[in-house]
This record gives sequence, structure tokens and C-alpha cells, in this order.
Amino acid sequence: MADLVIEREVLVEAPVEVVWRTITEPDQMSQWFADRVELVVEPGAHGFMQFGDQGGPVVVETVDPPTRFSFRWNHPREEEPVTGNSMLVEFTLTPEGNERTRLRVSESGHELLAWPDAEKERYAGEHRGGWAEYLDRLATLLAKRQSG
Amino acid sequence: MTTQADDELWSAIADPSRRRVLDLLVSNGDVSASWLAGHVPFSRQAVSKHLAVLEQAGLVSRRKQGREVLYQVEADRLDQATRAMADLAAQWDRRLGTIKRLAEAAHAENKKRNRHEG
Repeated sequence: MADLVIEREVLVEAPVEVVWRTITEPDQMSQWFADRVELVVEPGAHGFMQFGDQGGPVVVETVDPPTRFSFRWNHPREEEPVTGNSMLVEFTLTPEGNERTRLRVSESGHELLAWPDAEKERYAGEHRGGWAEYLDRLATLLAKRQSG
Repeated sequence: MTTQADDELWSAIADPSRRRVLDLLVSNGDVSASWLAGHVPFSRQAVSKHLAVLEQAGLVSRRKQGREVLYQVEADRLDQATRAMADLAAQWDRRLGTIKRLAEAAHAENKKRNRHEG
């Protein structure tokens, strides 16, 4: 089970195939994601993304047109991106009628290893909102305790 | 892409056991490693290891009180982490917004073309 960092979604007024092309075609990706995208959209393909003067390798994980696309990034250079050293970005496209698509993106990190299943489930439940929500809750709690 | 400091912070909170320790520190304030060990399902040794990682990431600091070492959450660093996460969410919202705009424009273009052909 991956540890959810963040999850966002948007409703797009376009058919699922159009949204799929927008998120997977490199010339389209360079408009919404990186400044330069070198990527073959095939499982296991290694690519590169340039952001300003920074950049990094990406590795495609799942390509399941037109509903699932995922890749790993932010792993150390010279290393194969695997569970534990990289972040997994996953796009899920759900058609809602013929001309509308719900697009969900999640970014997740290290897997919950060496942890009993019941505990994993409890934690996944508590942190369904991702780390953003978790940290927000912590900060609020702390502020409350410090002022009280 | 993330910075080195972010990476440390993220891997610090990526571990559920460490989040458990953080939770306890946030709700109980200055406590010792032994006290923490009494409230988690893992060993005193594991607690020390987790505290060291949290300290390295700047999320936790320690002070001596008599013969005891007490740990506490660093509020500033926690705020900073919270902001970094909110930034990440905002970044994805911007990307999704652009995808929406691109896809909707492409769809409108396709429909116009079909009407011309049809």
C-alpha cells in the first residue's frame, strides 16, 4: 500500500479520450507539466523532464488507455526508481457521460513496509487526505495546545 | 523537483511509526523517550531511532531537564512543512487546471471540425 502524499481532482468538459491525449502526449505534457518532456508513453520507458534549469528522470509505470497513467519520479540519480526511493504520480480518468471526465491525480511516496496489516489500514484511514491534511491537523493541534 | 531539506522532511513523515511518535509529541508536549515507548507498539530502541530521524529533519528537538531528556515538536518547522504541502497541492491544482483548459479547447476544436466535415 502506497503512502498517499496528495490527491486532487478536476471535472473536465471533454470526452475521456481527449483528456487522455492531453495528459500523455509529450507535446501536450510540456504545456501543463515540465518545460521539456522526453518520454515514450510505454510501461517501463525511461524519460526526462526539464523544469527551468532543473530536471530529472522519470520512469513510466502504468499505461492503460484511456483510464490509467502513472510514472515514478524524484528518485536519486543513477538509481532505478522503485518503491521506497521515488514518488509515484498516478492519473485516473473516469468518464461521466460522453462529454465529461473526472480526472484524479495522486502523488504517493514510500510504502508502508514492516507494519502489521491492521495498523496499515488504520493509518491509511487516518491519512486518506494525504500528508497535507495530516500536517495541517498536527499544526492546528500544536497551536491549540501551545495557546491553551 | 524537491530540495534536499524537503526530501529529509518527507522521508521523516513517510514512516507511519514516526507519525505515531509525532502525534504523541504534538498532543502531549515535552515527554521522554521512555514515556513514548510506553505508548507505542514498538521498542524503546525503535523510538530512539525514530526520534533521531525526526530531529535530523528538524521536526523535533530535545532539552535536558534534570536527568531526563525531553522531546518536543518544533512548531516553526511543522508550519513550514504544512506550507510546503499546501504548495504541492496548489501546484497540482494549477496543473489540473491547465489540463482542463487544454482538453476542453481540443474538444471544442474537434467539434467545430466535425461540424464542418458533417
